[in-house]
Amino acid sequence: MDRRKSIQTIILGAGAGAAGLAFNSCTTEEEPTVEENIAKGAEKFFGRTPEELELIDKLNAEQLFNEHEMETIAVLSSVILPPKEPHGGPIEAEVPEFIEFIGKDFPEMQTTLLGGLMWLDHKCNTEFGVEFKSATLEQQKQLLDPIAFHDIEMPLEEQSLEIQFFHMMRGLTVTGYYTSKVGIADLGYKGNMPNVWDGVPEDILEQHGVAYDPEWLAKCVDQSKRGILAEWDEEGNLLT
Amino acid sequence: MQIKESSELYDVIIVGSGAGGGMATKQLADAGLNVAVVEAGPFFDPANPEQMTQLKWPYESPRRGAATTRAFGEWDAAYGGWEIEGEPYTHTEGTKFDWFRSHMLGGRTNHWGRISLRFGPKDFKGKTRDGHGEDWPIGYEDVKPYYDKVDKLIGVFGTNEGLPDDPDGFFLPPPKPRLHELFYINGARKSGIPVIPSRMSMLTKKINKDRGVCFYCGQCSRSCSVYADFSAGSCLIFPAQKSGGRVKIFVNSVVREVTTNEEGKATGVSYISKDDRKEYRLKGKVVVLAASACSSARILLNSKSKQHPNGLGNSSDHVGKYLHDSTGASRVAFIPGLMNRKTSYNEDGVGGMHVYSPWWGDNSKLDFPRGYHIEMWGGMGMPNYGFGSSPNEFNKFFGLQVGGYGDSLRDDVKKYYGSVVGFGGRGEAIARKDNYCEIDPTTVDQFGIPVLKFNYKWSDFERKQAKHMQDTFEEIVHNMGGEPLGEKPGKDSDYGLLAPGRIIHEVGTTRMGNDPKTSVTNKYQQLHDVDNVFIVDAGPFVSQADKNCTWTILALSWRASDYIIEQLKQQNI
Repeated sequence: MDRRKSIQTIILGAGAGAAGLAFNSCTTEEEPTVEENIAKGAEKFFGRTPEELELIDKLNAEQLFNEHEMETIAVLSSVILPPKEPHGGPIEAEVPEFIEFIGKDFPEMQTTLLGGLMWLDHKCNTEFGVEFKSATLEQQKQLLDPIAFHDIEMPLEEQSLEIQFFHMMRGLTVTGYYTSKVGIADLGYKGNMPNVWDGVPEDILEQHGVAYDPEWLAKCVDQSKRGILAEWDEEGNLLT
Repeated sequence: MQIKESSELYDVIIVGSGAGGGMATKQLADAGLNVAVVEAGPFFDPANPEQMTQLKWPYESPRRGAATTRAFGEWDAAYGGWEIEGEPYTHTEGTKFDWFRSHMLGGRTNHWGRISLRFGPKDFKGKTRDGHGEDWPIGYEDVKPYYDKVDKLIGVFGTNEGLPDDPDGFFLPPPKPRLHELFYINGARKSGIPVIPSRMSMLTKKINKDRGVCFYCGQCSRSCSVYADFSAGSCLIFPAQKSGGRVKIFVNSVVREVTTNEEGKATGVSYISKDDRKEYRLKGKVVVLAASACSSARILLNSKSKQHPNGLGNSSDHVGKYLHDSTGASRVAFIPGLMNRKTSYNEDGVGGMHVYSPWWGDNSKLDFPRGYHIEMWGGMGMPNYGFGSSPNEFNKFFGLQVGGYGDSLRDDVKKYYGSVVGFGGRGEAIARKDNYCEIDPTTVDQFGIPVLKFNYKWSDFERKQAKHMQDTFEEIVHNMGGEPLGEKPGKDSDYGLLAPGRIIHEVGTTRMGNDPKTSVTNKYQQLHDVDNVFIVDAGPFVSQADKNCTWTILALSWRASDYIIEQLKQQNI
């Protein structure tokens, strides 16, 4: 069963996740070998060695959180970083799936994550007679406010479990969002593509109150000549 | 089980395919020799789509770049790491050494920082300079012609500054500084610390028809798919093959020992194939070790025979001695002047820094010998695992609450994006005989080969250098209007001095010299004891400088290769 669908249903309402389903077909057919996977899907495997790919396959075959916990993570991460147009939020960034994977990749996080989720429901049930994922936003905030601000003068590991849990969830939510396609768009990062660096734009220099030293600039690459073969005189002066 | 021996007799067998092995392959194959390259790891080509990590986005991986399987994050090109399963190393109690190995064609050159600094005249004459360590049997004037040739063959950007111990070269033009680098230039100069354009081996301009020009993705640690950065496979070994050279590459082949005959001369190597876990022998007229300073020492020490009972080339008992790495300490800082940045432009630049500070100090006024250079980093980099995990930590500097949740976190992430800079000092440690690696007689790796045991301790010289680094970083941060992050490392933590090995500049284990009693090779990197074995990695370094070692490995490997060609011509070996 597609766990992501139920998460999307909870957060976005029924039907909203349809577009995402195409990427999440249940794979039950014969598994291709690791080598076949690499050969036919180099793009998909992002330069993994066979051993690394095996580890990813192994982790993907394990399950850390049950369906209820995944839904709770989805709800909690969306309270931490509410979706905002046009770049969505944790669900569009696949933050719950990311946290599931990281929890398996870093087993030392598991107790804090699993225990924290149990604490959240226990506390919510005690206070409001309802599980966290079904509570109102107001109730959720009442629970989170006391644990969302850790004491910055004290080492985190000396603070209560629920504070450590929230700190971890916030970190994973924000990092998961901003390492996603929608998060990078929200941030506005312009790199990771071929281009020609030719210095800081004038308006940026002005904004930050710095300027280029003309003497320094004179030594820098003339990008209009980057394609011309380098030649030097005997003293090492570039001629081209 | 019988050891399988190939019938072919190679002119030269080269063990290892990194900077030293790659350069020897290029020079010796170009000279028409029949070359076998034996590499412990797999074949690697950064242009191979199946191995390429360049231009991948964090979301293409379920762990978004986390460092689970690769020490420097999962996009880093190096296969291997600080620990390799089935291939341990051990330590003498109370000592430390962290050993980074990369087993793949091209070795560690696939991910290195490309900081390509020549050693200067003083760097070859340490003992003359201050009484510490030993002088090299060669000087800058011996190496200069090779540095010049390396500059032109491989390509390095930089500027001729006329500095006494940071020699000029044949440079490509450097890229313009980024915003945080302008802040650094101002901050450092305020304290009289020089800042000049970096010297790094990426092509900012075309140098030949086989290699592309840098397209400024800032990802040289992923190894460049258009070969615009220097990696030994793509820039030396492939071109050697392409120009018709006889180069046979044996991958997944772990060399156990150098084999010798009755006269004690080398006859080739034996290796274990990782593919079938069987032992093989290759025959060669000359053996060139380039497995890295420590791995080559290990091979020599494991090559025991009737003629060489203490290990090959080890009649002096100096193999493994004088092991030393660069010193390293770092600090990061928050710079309020770099807050609220516009993300309207791409500032990836080349991988790493566009500016740096060569050593400027006057040791007569300092309490430690030698010096260090400062590397710095920062900028609006691509988010990866860990990005934004403390989204508003810097609120504390403004008396604002740290933590919370909600829409404000988005504003916090953007407000502070690109406002952190880091500084690293990389300095020269004094080479000492009592810092060494040796064979651990109690431990073997999964191939049955005895492993290395390390014995390394820093001295107060290195600690004082680290203290100087920390004081300097704080001063620069202050000049930049910033706030250093975390506690300033103090005496109890050796001032943040990293464990030996951490800078991955280990050298000195088979040092060169004129006296066979106190050195392993002669000044042409030929074993004193066996004239047809050479070492072209950083093992023969007498001392590390306040530089990085790769450019000198390349120059010296070329020089040793010229000597091998000449000696073969004269039928001396």
